[in-house]
Amino acid sequence: MTRDEAFLQFLLRMGDNTLILGHRVSEWCGHAPVLEEDIALANTALDLIGQTQMWLGLAGEVQGEGKSADDLAFLRDAWDFRNVLLVEVPNGDFGRTLMRQFLFDAWHSIMLGRLMKSSDDRVAAIAEKASKEVAYHLERSSDTVVGLGDGTEESHRRMQEALDYLWPYVGEMFASDEVDAEMAAAGIAPDPASLREEYDALVQRVLTEATLTIPDSRFAHKGGRDGRMHTEHLGHLLTQMQWLQRAYPGATW
Amino acid sequence: MYAQMIKTAGTGVKSREEMTEQERAFQDKIDADIKIEPKDWMPDDYRATLIRQIGQHAHSEIVGQLPEGNWITRAPTLERKAILLAKVQDEAGHGLYLYCAAETLGVSRDELTEMLLDGRMKYSSIFNYPTLNWADIGAVGWLVDGAAIMNQVPLQRTSYGPYSRAMIRICKEESFHQRQGYDAIRKMAEGTPEQRKMAQDALNRFWYPALMMFGPSDKDSVHSAQSMAWKIKINTNDELRQKFVDQTVPQAEYLGLTIPDPDLKWNEERGHYDFTQPDWSEFFDVIKGNGPCNTDRLAARNKAWDDGRWVRDGLLEHARKKRARKVAAE
Repeated sequence: MTRDEAFLQFLLRMGDNTLILGHRVSEWCGHAPVLEEDIALANTALDLIGQTQMWLGLAGEVQGEGKSADDLAFLRDAWDFRNVLLVEVPNGDFGRTLMRQFLFDAWHSIMLGRLMKSSDDRVAAIAEKASKEVAYHLERSSDTVVGLGDGTEESHRRMQEALDYLWPYVGEMFASDEVDAEMAAAGIAPDPASLREEYDALVQRVLTEATLTIPDSRFAHKGGRDGRMHTEHLGHLLTQMQWLQRAYPGATW
Repeated sequence: MYAQMIKTAGTGVKSREEMTEQERAFQDKIDADIKIEPKDWMPDDYRATLIRQIGQHAHSEIVGQLPEGNWITRAPTLERKAILLAKVQDEAGHGLYLYCAAETLGVSRDELTEMLLDGRMKYSSIFNYPTLNWADIGAVGWLVDGAAIMNQVPLQRTSYGPYSRAMIRICKEESFHQRQGYDAIRKMAEGTPEQRKMAQDALNRFWYPALMMFGPSDKDSVHSAQSMAWKIKINTNDELRQKFVDQTVPQAEYLGLTIPDPDLKWNEERGHYDFTQPDWSEFFDVIKGNGPCNTDRLAARNKAWDDGRWVRDGLLEHARKKRARKVAAE
């Protein structure tokens, strides 16, 4: 694997995470439990889509085949997507959506913090811009997880169920492979495994405050970030997201 | 125009002789363009009418998220998706300002929401029409927001301070919405034959519902006269509708799209376009709950509210616990 091939994979991983999560969050539009949440969810989705434009834009540049961020988002099939499985699982109830957001935001904020020191200026610049947005995402999702975890009996139960369901998807964010080794060697991105300690401390602190219990298992579903085996859900998501581009090829919108 | 068919409370405009001293002083302030603020005295009918009007406008912003949200997950490019998300987020924000303005009149957001959900309060008829192809998103921005702006720009001068200030903020964002809508439909009109077909189809379906947004003619209505005397309504429905038609026809021509009205023509003498009125029996059907989407829209809002109860309860309970812990620590 050449450095550029690894770099492309890394950029697709970043951009596909934000694209797919942004899509999932946008599904809430108009259906949130309270108006302030409608606004916040739309705002989060908007930030994530904006970050997607930057990551996939750079991916297209590095790939060198003249593809735009839109080409990459709308014209790849599921096996070419490199997002972690966590972001493609269905929204479930509001509790699961916010728990997923928290588990992702915690990783995302630590990752972007490291990427701000990337040896590649373009990566550092994207990370710098995105990290400001993500700091807010994390603050909000943490507060909501704490509020609902330490709320009523029902809200506590639902948040614990959400955590139990999502926890097996956490480990994939810290898996390392040859792409990561190449990126770490080039100083472009950190080895994901090196983020775990900080992540565990952050997540433990918030979930303790939320009176929730982290499942006693390190089992991790994998297959998203290397495209080996996505969930069944991704295909349906892409069917909807890519429909216009697929049905009317070559049109500009 | 997101508030239509607002029933003005009271029996019509009183003469100065019929007014009490308080009412005369109130009317004098309005005539002098002095804003009425929440703590000022105001007639009960003025308050009741404003609650209906602002509440209906707020509900329209909220329900209005649904037809546009219908396309967020299918937006054809990342940029279009981002623009649409930003727009829908603005609309939820407009709902928030307006509920806050209504709250200054002594009604809570939850009370207004309950009245929307059980059908006691309405939202604009336009949101009971479906968005069926991507050009509809353009048409909503171009025609629906365009019609809304016609009404909202004059309402920036409305007599009630909090309402006027909400309108000033809202109008800034609405003009961006209208431009993005026009830009989206222009791309389609200039695009492939299929895209042009979508654009024309959208215009065919949204033209008359957009004209209905202004409400039926009210030039002879005593209720409208009262609302106008109070400056919570600035123009008659017909004036606004005519202005909208006059503005929109050249835009459609520029796009090469045909307005679905064979009798539409420029009237040199009047200096306005003559046009066909919408089918008002359809309008009254929609208002009564028989539009294409009334049931689904209200069901979606009720589901969001019911499904979200545990979240609202949870967050309230957490806030209560936090306060209790703080008190215990002191």
